[in-house]
Amino acid sequence: MKVSYFPGCTLKNKAKDLDTYAYKSAEALGVTLEEIENWQCCGGVFTTAKNEVATKLSSVRALKEAAEKEQPLVTVCSACHNVIKQTNHAMQNEKEFADKVNRYMANETPYAGEAEVVHYLEMLRDMVGFDAVKEKVVNALTGKKIAAYYGCLLLRPSKVMQMDDAENPTIMEDLIAALGATPVVYAKRNECCGGYIAMESPELAKKNSNEVVENAKAAGAEMIITACPLCRYNLMKNGTDIPVVYFTELLAEALGVKEDTNA
Amino acid sequence: MHKTYLQEEIIRMSGVNPSKCMRCGKCSASCPAYDEMEYHPHQFVNMVESGDIEPLLKSESLYKCLSCFACIERCPRGVEPAKLVEAVRLTAIRKQGANHMTANDVPALLDDEMPQQAIVSAFRKYSK
Ligand code: SF4
Ligand code: SF4
Repeated sequence: MKVSYFPGCTLKNKAKDLDTYAYKSAEALGVTLEEIENWQCCGGVFTTAKNEVATKLSSVRALKEAAEKEQPLVTVCSACHNVIKQTNHAMQNEKEFADKVNRYMANETPYAGEAEVVHYLEMLRDMVGFDAVKEKVVNALTGKKIAAYYGCLLLRPSKVMQMDDAENPTIMEDLIAALGATPVVYAKRNECCGGYIAMESPELAKKNSNEVVENAKAAGAEMIITACPLCRYNLMKNGTDIPVVYFTELLAEALGVKEDTNA
Repeated sequence: MHKTYLQEEIIRMSGVNPSKCMRCGKCSASCPAYDEMEYHPHQFVNMVESGDIEPLLKSESLYKCLSCFACIERCPRGVEPAKLVEAVRLTAIRKQGANHMTANDVPALLDDEMPQQAIVSAFRKYSK
């Protein structure tokens, strides 16, 4: 199975592990990730204003390329996923905005949101199947208590993202279970770590992130997994004494394709 | 009631209808930046509705919103307060010289682990 893949700026820099293990795991599961040619940064956050056009063009370019190849567009980073999926939704539903974009890009065939945006987690659940993932596990993580940290961007706004129940998600817990580990459910798993406020008001990021980590630990977690480089940074920076790792790294470990020489 | 141009512009660019708000306060109760904000999400809704926009345009609250979409998700009336915060913020920073953060500010705010994602996100929220 071949899919289009949008890595994003952080996955080629500070979050190489998220990218490297996404590739390795996909290969082990029989999926080829075809990186979008000359992809450009998504910008990190979706601008909800209807008259913002230029900031959404990089997402439309990636979407259009995937649509032309008739492939789903797979993302890994929570932020890229949120921006690209919300942009696609706007292209489908906001005619005036879509017209502006198509004129600006001088698209011969107007793009109207035909591509399907799929997060890597959704790819595992809906295209590969968690049962098939489970069958490929060679290092079952038996006995490990792992907490999934969703943060904001994977799930919200659920009307657009449609990944899972925004208040009671299960997709990452189901992955953890498929890898043989024990998922730990805790209240703060879908509350914000502080995001980019870490630059200007590190104290606020610290407070939010601390609450998440303490809550996960109180529920018995020995490890936290995330899909977001900024969530990982904020949790790591703010005093966690349990590891915070990318879900792709955990997946690669369970599939037996994680090599120490890498990343 | 007659609407001002600014009020109409904020409503148009956000796509939000503030008069749907029933003043339950759930948006503000959900907001992780509540303590840092001078005006809270429900106040953005009420003040845009009444046309009291100038104080919002000048408030640091614009730069405290984390774009976590919790208020959008949890509002029982589908009002989507964060879209108003965004519309007011853009109205503020689109003015010449009104950027909240410039490239010169960035080096002092970095550390070795800070992901690129934080920088591009902050830029998108704080400057034009
Ligand atoms: S999107 Fe902004 S205003 Fe809304 S809950 Fe999050 S931080 Fe608060
Ligand atoms: S949650 Fe919605 S209805 Fe309640 S105060 Fe906020 S905007 Fe108004």
